[in-house]
Amino acid sequence: MDYFEDLRIGTRTVLGSHTFSADDIKAFAARYDPQPFHLDEEAGRRSLFGGLCASGWHTASVAIRMVVLERQRRAAERRARGETVVQNGPSPGLRDMKWLAPVFAGDTLDFVSEIVDLRGVRSRPGWGLMFSRVTATNQHGAPVYSYVGSLFVPRRPHS
Amino acid sequence: MTAEEIKAFAAEFDPQPMHLDEEAARVGMLGGLCASGYHTCAMMARLMSDGLLLRSAFLGSPGTEEIRWLAPVRPGDSLMVHTRVLETRSSASRPDIGFVRMLVKVVAASRTVMTLTASLMFARRRA
Repeated sequence: MDYFEDLRIGTRTVLGSHTFSADDIKAFAARYDPQPFHLDEEAGRRSLFGGLCASGWHTASVAIRMVVLERQRRAAERRARGETVVQNGPSPGLRDMKWLAPVFAGDTLDFVSEIVDLRGVRSRPGWGLMFSRVTATNQHGAPVYSYVGSLFVPRRPHS
Repeated sequence: MTAEEIKAFAAEFDPQPMHLDEEAARVGMLGGLCASGYHTCAMMARLMSDGLLLRSAFLGSPGTEEIRWLAPVRPGDSLMVHTRVLETRSSASRPDIGFVRMLVKVVAASRTVMTLTASLMFARRRA
């Protein structure tokens, strides 16, 4: 993680890929979102979606996993180079979460993130807010998920 | 929400120190171990399924307009979900479906920990 002052709008980061298995889809749904179309192939076929598909909250959870793991990979690289590692703060929220198309069992999603806004925080002078759009595209090239997340990023301390 | 559940969800989906380790969380902005906002969303979905959606003609959702994580969810917090219908509208393309736009509030003790605004699809009653 860079300090807030080092971030740039437009910076794009490839986060990686994830394949959704039927077992994982059913396990998440059974615990958190037990709609029939997330639990059963036949119910999925009869639904608006046309097949067993992942809960939107499962897709969202996988996406944040991709974001966090990529951030940690880069932190490890910086640590290995002897550079300072900046710890991000929490997220106050997100907007425009869209479940654009179903994520079916067996689908592989590619995740990409792009910084879309950077804002100061009057109430927290040591922090800025970074806004990033995360998009997931399936193996057919169709966008299936997108949202704009926010994250508190520390400002460079004055020496 | 137990500390074990918080750490288990975080280990799988949101492995940040503030959701995994009491010591690391103490020095962060939120001052202690707390649940991933996505864990709060998943619990909200479960409570909504059990409390409303599975007894309804719920068909799914195209998305969520906004989520605000207003206060940390701590180990030991009991979550309650309140919903309010903001507006309803018919589907332009499908006469058998309607959209319900809802404000969802997740509360722990008397603190609102999360708000969410989303559109949900429901089947219409046959004439």
